[in-house]
Amino acid sequence: MDSLLEQIERGTLWQFPGGVHPPQQKSLSNQQPTARLPLPDKLVLPLKQHIGANGQLLVKEGDKVLKGQPLTKPTANWSLPVHASTSGEITAIKPLPSAHPSALPELSIVIAPDGNDTWCELNPVSNLHELSHKTLIDILHNAGIAGMGGAGFPTYIKADSHQPIEFLIVNGVECEPYITADDLLMREHAKEIVQGIEVMQQLLKPQRILIGIEDNKPEAIAAMQQASTHNTKILVRPIPTKYPSGGEKQLIRVLTSKEVPSAGIPADIGVLVQNVGTLFAISEAIYKGKPLIERVVTVTGNTIGKPQNVWALIGTEIKHLLDCQGFTPVSEQRVVMGGPMMGFTLPTVRIPVVKTTNCILAPDNQELAEPGDEKACIRCSACADACPQTLLPQQLQWFAKSKDYDKLEAYNLFDCIECGACSYVCPSEIPLVQYYRVAKAEIREQKLDQIKAERAKERFEARKERLEREQQERQNKHKRSTSRAAKPDAEKAKVADALTRVKQKQGDKSAVQAAIERAKAKKAADGSLEPDNSEVALERARRKEQARQYKEQKHSEDTAVNENSNESSSKKDAVAAAIARAKAKKAAQQAEQQSEPPQHAQASDSDAPKAGDDPRKAAVAAAIARAKAKKATQQAEQQSEPPQHAQASDSGVPKADDDPRKAAVAAAIARAKAKKAAQQAEQQSEPPQHAQVSDSGVPKADDDPRKAAVAAAIARAKAKKAAQAEQQSEPPQHAQASDSGVPKTDDDPRKAAVAAAIARAKAKKAAQQAEQQSEPQTEPAPQSEDKSDSEPQTPEQKRQAAIKAAVAKAKAKKQAKEQEGNDPS
Amino acid sequence: MTLFYALIALGSLALVFGLILGFAAVKYRVESNPIVDQVDAILPQTQCGQCGYPGCRPYAEAIANGDEINKCPPGGEATVKKLADLMGVEPKPLAGGEQAEPVKTVAYIREDECIGCTKCIQACPVDAIVGATRQMHTVIDDECTGCDLCVEPCPVDCIDMLPVEQTKQTWKWQLDAIAVKQID
Amino acid sequence: MKLSMASSPHNHNHKNLSRLMLTVIAACIPGIIAQCYFFGFGVIVQLLLALITASLSEALMLSIRKRPVWPALSDGSAWLTAVLLAISIPPLAPWWVIVIGTVFAIAMVKQLYGGLGFNLFNPAMAAYVLLLISFPVQMTSWTPVTSLLAQPLSLADQVTLIFFEYSANHQDLLSAMTSVDGTTMATPLDTLKTAVSQNFTVTEAMMGEQFTAFAGIGWMWVNLAFLVGGLFLLKAKVINWHIPVALLGTLAFCSAIGFIIAPGSHAGSLFHLLSGGTMLGAFFIATDPVSASTTNRGRLIYGACIGLLVYLIRNYGGYPDAVAFAVLIMNMAVPLIDHYTQPRTYGHGVAK
Repeated sequence: MDSLLEQIERGTLWQFPGGVHPPQQKSLSNQQPTARLPLPDKLVLPLKQHIGANGQLLVKEGDKVLKGQPLTKPTANWSLPVHASTSGEITAIKPLPSAHPSALPELSIVIAPDGNDTWCELNPVSNLHELSHKTLIDILHNAGIAGMGGAGFPTYIKADSHQPIEFLIVNGVECEPYITADDLLMREHAKEIVQGIEVMQQLLKPQRILIGIEDNKPEAIAAMQQASTHNTKILVRPIPTKYPSGGEKQLIRVLTSKEVPSAGIPADIGVLVQNVGTLFAISEAIYKGKPLIERVVTVTGNTIGKPQNVWALIGTEIKHLLDCQGFTPVSEQRVVMGGPMMGFTLPTVRIPVVKTTNCILAPDNQELAEPGDEKACIRCSACADACPQTLLPQQLQWFAKSKDYDKLEAYNLFDCIECGACSYVCPSEIPLVQYYRVAKAEIREQKLDQIKAERAKERFEARKERLEREQQERQNKHKRSTSRAAKPDAEKAKVADALTRVKQKQGDKSAVQAAIERAKAKKAADGSLEPDNSEVALERARRKEQARQYKEQKHSEDTAVNENSNESSSKKDAVAAAIARAKAKKAAQQAEQQSEPPQHAQASDSDAPKAGDDPRKAAVAAAIARAKAKKATQQAEQQSEPPQHAQASDSGVPKADDDPRKAAVAAAIARAKAKKAAQQAEQQSEPPQHAQVSDSGVPKADDDPRKAAVAAAIARAKAKKAAQAEQQSEPPQHAQASDSGVPKTDDDPRKAAVAAAIARAKAKKAAQQAEQQSEPQTEPAPQSEDKSDSEPQTPEQKRQAAIKAAVAKAKAKKQAKEQEGNDPS
Repeated sequence: MTLFYALIALGSLALVFGLILGFAAVKYRVESNPIVDQVDAILPQTQCGQCGYPGCRPYAEAIANGDEINKCPPGGEATVKKLADLMGVEPKPLAGGEQAEPVKTVAYIREDECIGCTKCIQACPVDAIVGATRQMHTVIDDECTGCDLCVEPCPVDCIDMLPVEQTKQTWKWQLDAIAVKQID
Repeated sequence: MKLSMASSPHNHNHKNLSRLMLTVIAACIPGIIAQCYFFGFGVIVQLLLALITASLSEALMLSIRKRPVWPALSDGSAWLTAVLLAISIPPLAPWWVIVIGTVFAIAMVKQLYGGLGFNLFNPAMAAYVLLLISFPVQMTSWTPVTSLLAQPLSLADQVTLIFFEYSANHQDLLSAMTSVDGTTMATPLDTLKTAVSQNFTVTEAMMGEQFTAFAGIGWMWVNLAFLVGGLFLLKAKVINWHIPVALLGTLAFCSAIGFIIAPGSHAGSLFHLLSGGTMLGAFFIATDPVSASTTNRGRLIYGACIGLLVYLIRNYGGYPDAVAFAVLIMNMAVPLIDHYTQPRTYGHGVAK
């Protein structure tokens, strides 16, 4: 028995099972030499055109770039740079439809060519043999070379194989019908391809290099044989034409009789496969210093006037290719990227050529008829006979239809290479491959979910353990009654703990390790003050259920502001409400005189949660709110009922201007209070009463205008919502509430804005006074919190806040102008 | 008399087979996971507590003790079906009649509005929120189970539950659902 | 411009279901011609009856099941079942035999199991067995070869016999089947079985005028005609070689052994291969994709088991022929066979 090497030397070929013989249609496009396209008017370069991570952007919008200049920098593992395919200006960097079956947007760089096609500086290599392994790998990496046969696997990783490579296989098979890109490349650039092969030879030192070419490409075979005569290690092997002999696994089987283990890679059996296009790109990168910026693309199909191969710059839109070759679409036109067996249809022609695009096929409806309706499977097993992977497609199909994922895996679904041979032969025209793809995607997702659930469980249990331990420690501490103030320690530890956790999560995601880390941190802290949460969670869950039950009423109940009011009798409330209304009316009249509608509207429209604890953000939010207010003013024209909270909000808003941070804090507190009140109010299910409650809260608000104002604003916003949700209960009250949010008067937004500014200044003064007065006010808890928050404020911060506020005001003014411009009146 | 023989014969046969069965049951017993573990493995581990139990494990225990299997909204109908298979009961619609297919969400903290109260951190069952007192908090979305538990405690309502966006990796070949604007 | 989306592959070999079914029906034509030649035109009448009944019952069942009628009907599978059943039963069997059989095949065996692709059993054979055990007389009343008939049957005779069970020249079916020597004749397999059971040797039994040197007159040619049709199907790649080869090979092998051991009581291989429904069964019945094994190794086992069962039942069973029984029995074993004969997937079982 001869050794494998001897058999291969003698030219023995092996068979792979299955396979089909679809009509070749190659002569359509391989009669003309490869053409060069005119420069397109824009290039779209997706950051990710390969398997692996994105590179990091090196350019920004408006940058001028030269041809061949890197646009991204490889960062993590498996990331490749992309290069400018021509010189020009970067007009946009945004997500655009990608060359993927889903066409989901991918971050892309758009270049407007300047027409000069100026190259950046290139560094060709002449002394290949003197270069170190690492230098060569780096050149391949930085040239952005990815497998050009289809998958787009980064070439530098393959070339840097740590496993010994016995056979380097050069894939020039091109078994897909229609495609002739590799055929033409081999005919026209055999010398360069062999150069590329020799680069790989130096890197990998294989025993033999086998060039597999289907025997339907005699010219290419001759060219490659001629170009490789000087190298005795290179063997050109014509192989019988059968689809999918160009599949990596099938080609390895045909040329070496070996089989790639399931879920393994060819390097596991000492084989490495490279596409001829990739090898050409390697040669260009080494000997000319050119990165991968163009490739041969077959443009073919019966709707193409001049089907042929073209050199297309990476990033050229398909539309440009089609236009240049004369495209006359038919109805129900399909445009396929790739071949008829494995290519995918494009939803739009505004999709760029990427590194893996080998063919654009635009067939008419006769040459590649749309498949008929799916019929019943008759279990004829024609699919199994055609399957090059010896799977049982028919069984897989049943399992895929019944979503029996365990069975699918037992029947080796993941060994399916999606070559389409089974669908091609299926007499019932079942889209088998489509079923497998969907099932694969489902299974992958389920597995991810499983992993995630597993991790969540671990984290949950680790946390529970931690909380228990903490409680234990706390109890111990109480027993010992150590007065050592552990608080700062604990706090610090908590932060450290959180930081460790973040790091943990960023680094490796091993939850176990995270738990250990956390445990360590906790030990160091000697206990923490975090409460046991499981009970709280339970209670919360219960409350949530309640919340769901009270869903409808919830909104209206939110209006409750003051806890005390809950207990007050409705009669008292009614009186209070009446007083409040009267006051509000008065306040409204004053407000009218002051013509400060934007401020009111701001309070009501800015919808409490928008105001944050950050002073700058508060200012910005205020500006936005003002813009909104203007709109509200216009709407408010016809509404006459004055808001009872007007006064309150007047005093509240200047406050925000005066000291935005304080105001924001106050707002937050107010919101918290409102929420708490609302939750309590939830239990009571009488909407009218709550409406009154919200009113009766108002007089109180006068005591502490600042706080109450904000609270009132929220309450009003909520009431408004509630009014919409529940108009039938207590209409007058709600009407009032909803009206209150939108003060009327001035219909000229600009005037309103100016007036608002004046009013703000006035209110500022008033608020300052109010603040002084409010210092010794009644409600102690929030007050003290307020104080504690405002205390650490330095003059510097104040100044900053003031500047921000000013900027925001300017912006608001601008907005107001715009608003005016937009306003038809 | 014949009847008597028949009874004896049948009785002894029954005895023999019973012994064989009993022996086999002891000898070839398959050590399977306790039912709680199996139930727990089916539950989605969001630890959301929507079932009324503090976490998935307690609910698994409750199911093993005979509680209803339809109290897990994050798992959706699929989980109910699997549980029904496992427990040998009829699948029933989800309690509360919520949507059958749960939409996967992650929590997102509007960071400008966060006041740093740590309430959500304490609520998170899987420690997926980081932050410290008076510092802005944020959610590690990889770890977030979308349980909603942090939304309620937030005093300033700055936490949103956002649906998880579809990516190429999670795309499921819905060819007919591709929505790309036709430019020309 | 609106582009249409489709899943790859975007090409198809244009061999669709109805073409497949019609090819199989076409491959039956040589056999049908041979049957007509040797047994008269009754088979044509049976074919027509079966086709009409099959179409009607398929349409009815589909509409009851609320499925689109025409797509399922036009795939030709019901017609193929009808053809296979019609050429399996005696040509002069009364009309209601074929009607009952076809309705049973389509409505019960096929549609009630979920329609094409879901039937566990071969519909034609299940119906055949139903008819055989329900109407044994009618189902075993094969007329002698026309050349041996006492009174030749005209087409009109045959039609009236089928529809009214008597004709101008014959009081009933039995008299129509009377042969030249005045005895009613059974099929060669039947004759042989009876002879052997009466302690005649096979050689003696085959001295009769309905036998040639190898097998029964007429039956031999009918089988050869089906062989031709089967070879055509193989050539057209409609069926795989595994089942017919395994079936015929096993049958030939077993009968050869039997013949060597006890030539007196066991007929030779050629007799078995060219008698009864052997060729029809091997190429047209056992290869029915829906109810046969789906893996290549499984098909070999499936075919071989049918061959063995046919031989056993023919020699030791109560019925003269056995293709239908053997196929039905093996239909039941298919899931098991399939489960244990999964091929090795590429890349599995190789050292990593």
